[in-house]
Amino acid sequence: MLLRLSWRNLMGAGLRTWLNAFVLSLAFLLIITAQGLLHGMNEQAAQALVAVSIGGGQYWHPAYDPYDPLALEDARGPLPAALQERVARGEAVAVLAVPGGIYPAGRMKPVVLKGIDPAQDLLDLPAAALDTAVAEIPLLIGARMARSSGLAVGDRVTLQWRDAGGTFDARDGLVVAVMRTPVQGVDQGQVWLPLDSLRAMTALPGAATHVTLARGTSALAGDAASTWRWRSTDDLLADVRELVRAKTAGSLFVYALLLFLAMLAVFDTQVFSIFRRQRELGTLIALGMTRRQVLGLFTLEGSLHGVLALALAVAWGTPLLAWFARRGWTLPRNTDDYGFAIGDTLYPVFGPDLLLGTALVVLGLTAFVSWLPTRRIARLQPTAALRGRAL
Amino acid sequence: MTAEPLIETRDLVKTYPVGGGDLIALDRVSLRVAAGEFAGIVGPSGSGKTTFLNIVGSLDTPTRGSARVLGERVETLGHRRAAALRNRHIGFIFQTFNLLPVYTVFENVEFPLLLLGLPAAERRRRVMAALERVGLADRARSRPDQLSGGQSQRVAISRAVVKDPALVLADEPTANLDAANSHQVLHTMVRLNRELGTTFLFSTHDEKVIGYLRRRITLVDGAVAADEVVTPTHGENGEAAP
Ligand SMILES: Nc1ncnc2c1ncn2[C@@H]1O[C@H](COP(=O)(O)OP(=O)(O)O)[C@@H](O)[C@H]1O
Ligand SMILES: [Mg+2]
Repeated sequence: MLLRLSWRNLMGAGLRTWLNAFVLSLAFLLIITAQGLLHGMNEQAAQALVAVSIGGGQYWHPAYDPYDPLALEDARGPLPAALQERVARGEAVAVLAVPGGIYPAGRMKPVVLKGIDPAQDLLDLPAAALDTAVAEIPLLIGARMARSSGLAVGDRVTLQWRDAGGTFDARDGLVVAVMRTPVQGVDQGQVWLPLDSLRAMTALPGAATHVTLARGTSALAGDAASTWRWRSTDDLLADVRELVRAKTAGSLFVYALLLFLAMLAVFDTQVFSIFRRQRELGTLIALGMTRRQVLGLFTLEGSLHGVLALALAVAWGTPLLAWFARRGWTLPRNTDDYGFAIGDTLYPVFGPDLLLGTALVVLGLTAFVSWLPTRRIARLQPTAALRGRAL
Repeated sequence: MTAEPLIETRDLVKTYPVGGGDLIALDRVSLRVAAGEFAGIVGPSGSGKTTFLNIVGSLDTPTRGSARVLGERVETLGHRRAAALRNRHIGFIFQTFNLLPVYTVFENVEFPLLLLGLPAAERRRRVMAALERVGLADRARSRPDQLSGGQSQRVAISRAVVKDPALVLADEPTANLDAANSHQVLHTMVRLNRELGTTFLFSTHDEKVIGYLRRRITLVDGAVAADEVVTPTHGENGEAAP
């Protein structure tokens, strides 16, 4: 009964109702889109990171700290036997990281020299390109690194590093490949070379900084990894997830603002409608409705804006979002310095929890702002309402 | 009459705080109205007629004194009980009709029955019967804005009597109607009073209405100045409806 009456009242308000519902559905869809992009980014960044560096988890040399470049000098050592075995079986790949410098066009640029086995096929890095017979040390760099250092395939560049004894040493390298990778961490400031070459250059036979396990393999049992620290895939992804969240939180403010405006419109409509329909309120009470019922009626009426908005959003949003999820959002080529790993095209992910959660938030908020102004009805004098002088 | 009166007020006082002092809207009104009466509170504007009807209808509470309506003490009735009393036993008719604009005629009349929780078939039967009594069964699907003033007020009458109330309170029901429509509406009410035994209590200063009354209670400045049994000059004993 209440539903029918409030529905009729709502439809009776015509354009105003549809405007409110439209703005609300817009806010709803924008939030979904933004959140979907966030989820999609998160997913894509995580997938890319797993493929390119994290794999099934990593073992770190006890001194290794990715946030402390100064510590990198000491973050290397022989692999524990159990890890070495895995590497030998092709179930893990070792990386030796050594701080150093390159001199493109005569200017020193600090880099991290990273040694990797050219025969590995565990990480999604074109390391095989390093398996080539050249007089210089073959080098693999990322596209960002290539741009910032002005290097291209075929360029010769001087490498500098310190060996195990701490003495500076230098040799020429040759850029044999430039890779496009979504993961900045293996690109910017990194120079890849064959692991054996780097070990020989630094006089650190058998040394490594970290070891990545193949996906699907399990961590070593007990203390087989000795003092090397285990980092699971989830541990390693936590950072990137946090970064994505922080990056996108700022833009969510805009959508919150839009939602707020939509709520303001519903609130305003409610206040207006209660004020204008005082006599109707008084009549309903005279007909035997309790104030609580009348309050419920008006709250329901306002809340239906939310339902209408959802229906609208489903009507015009479903095809839009479906198209967007399939087509993705192609980022302009030059704007990949986003700070985290994403591909050229972002695919938003619209999960059921996102859709339902947002729908519930919109419905809940609408119900709340619809209810707020109706509290005055609870104190309403029916006689004054009938005279149109209650509020 | 030996039966307990439908309405009994004792020294009913209603004051409103205005400026520094109190405005006395009702001044020690003691009245009894028995079941089946067709009575009117008569008096100039501002004499307290509406205030009295509102208290009897449990929409308002007295400042002092008591009002017993259908066995309930209005001054101590809670909101819920008051709503239930109005819902079951009291029908209201307003000067401005007060139909729900978004409902059809049928739905307007059906509304009190929905509040009572009657089943659909029963509601339908009663609504159609009530509309037939006021001669508007053929307008069941119309909207209030498609009706004339007289038709609107007849729909309001139908809505008031559809639940078979003991008491109908009509506050200046003809104030927004022309003469012909006023007479038609009053005829309808006289007939309902006779056929259903529904008690009607009016508030009015309209001579046309006064001509239909069988009892005339005159209020002056909130106090009862006269309370007389009169012979109607219109209605069942008087001239026919136009
Ligand atoms: N809510 C109110 N506040 C102040 N004065 C009121 C209020 N309601 C009615 N009055 C005053 O009480 C008196 C009686 O009003 P009312 O019962 O409406 O008279 P009537 O219906 O006979 O015209 C009038 O003087 C009116 O101004
Ligand atoms: Mg009045």
